[in-house]
Amino acid sequence: MIYFYAAMAVAAWLFLVGVYGIVTSRNLIHLCLCLVVVQASTYVLLTAVGYRPGGIAPIFADVKQTDKAVDPVIQALMLTDIVVEATVVALLLALTVQIKKKTGTLNPDKVNLMRG
Amino acid sequence: MRHPGRMGIFFTGAAAVAALYALSAIRLPGPEDVRGEYMRIINGECVTFRHVTDAVTAVNFDFRGFDTLGEEFILFVSVMGTLVLLRQTDAKPGAWAPDALSPGRAVGASDALRVWILAMTGPTVLFGIYTVIHGQLTPGGGFQGGVILATAPLLLYLAESFDVFRRITSHRYLEIVEAVGAGAYGVIGLLALFRGREFMANIFHLGKGGNDINLFSGGTIPVINAAVGIEVTAGFVLLLYAFLQEMLERKEAGS
Repeated sequence: MIYFYAAMAVAAWLFLVGVYGIVTSRNLIHLCLCLVVVQASTYVLLTAVGYRPGGIAPIFADVKQTDKAVDPVIQALMLTDIVVEATVVALLLALTVQIKKKTGTLNPDKVNLMRG
Repeated sequence: MRHPGRMGIFFTGAAAVAALYALSAIRLPGPEDVRGEYMRIINGECVTFRHVTDAVTAVNFDFRGFDTLGEEFILFVSVMGTLVLLRQTDAKPGAWAPDALSPGRAVGASDALRVWILAMTGPTVLFGIYTVIHGQLTPGGGFQGGVILATAPLLLYLAESFDVFRRITSHRYLEIVEAVGAGAYGVIGLLALFRGREFMANIFHLGKGGNDINLFSGGTIPVINAAVGIEVTAGFVLLLYAFLQEMLERKEAGS
């Protein structure tokens, strides 16, 4: 039981640290990586929720089929999470490239695309 | 910190989130008390009814196949978005001509590094294909294997040059291959409608089951896995291509 709360606490810590990084970021690439940290918190949370005491991996290639495995639905959800993260980060980095080109700076405080 | 107001807002919000999170986490039922019916059913029956040993792949490409279709199109759309963003260039006309892109060797590639990378490229491709086609048996699948496959051209870029990278990843065909991979998933899902079943139903022959489960077991699952593998490989190579192209263009422009 204690590991469950430990994992929940780690997830909360990763989330808050990542958001802190985003808030105080002085560099857009650093900001993208902080977002990756925030997303890592969802992996920890999902793994903790899907875990069962004494459960094995839900793969029955080498072991006899059993229902004493961890939740495969949650694991599939996490796989989706990882794929989406990778593509979102690629998109954000492309936006960063464009911002650097247009404004000449990567500091989010100095980026000002509005021209009156 | 130059933004005391911003930090104040952050710490107020963070404290509120932490408090609410702790409150809800304590009230959650513990893992011992969770009775996930889907977990029990899928873990208990995926070998019997779908002839696959990897329950996660069975969820992703069969029981929850419709969601993974959406996931695949998220990948597809964000690759397209990245390409569009990186192509919005204010470089002078002619900068895209092949002559402008001959940067020679990648920086700092020693002979030892080049030989070792070239030796590892073949095994990388093999491992990627292995991961894709064994998706329904062992951990792996189209998404994971596709990313591994996409690193093979990148290794060639590190060992040789961007010209080599571009020669083996001809841009125009890659886009077609990516679209075909993405479309094949939807087409396999639609095939079920012609057989009078629901969308994404597993209509193909399930192949050998029990203790004889092999690469061809699982009906539509290995076919969809292969389609996803093709799409992910092409998509990630396109991403790498776009970023490298962008980088070299800036080098040419001297910025």
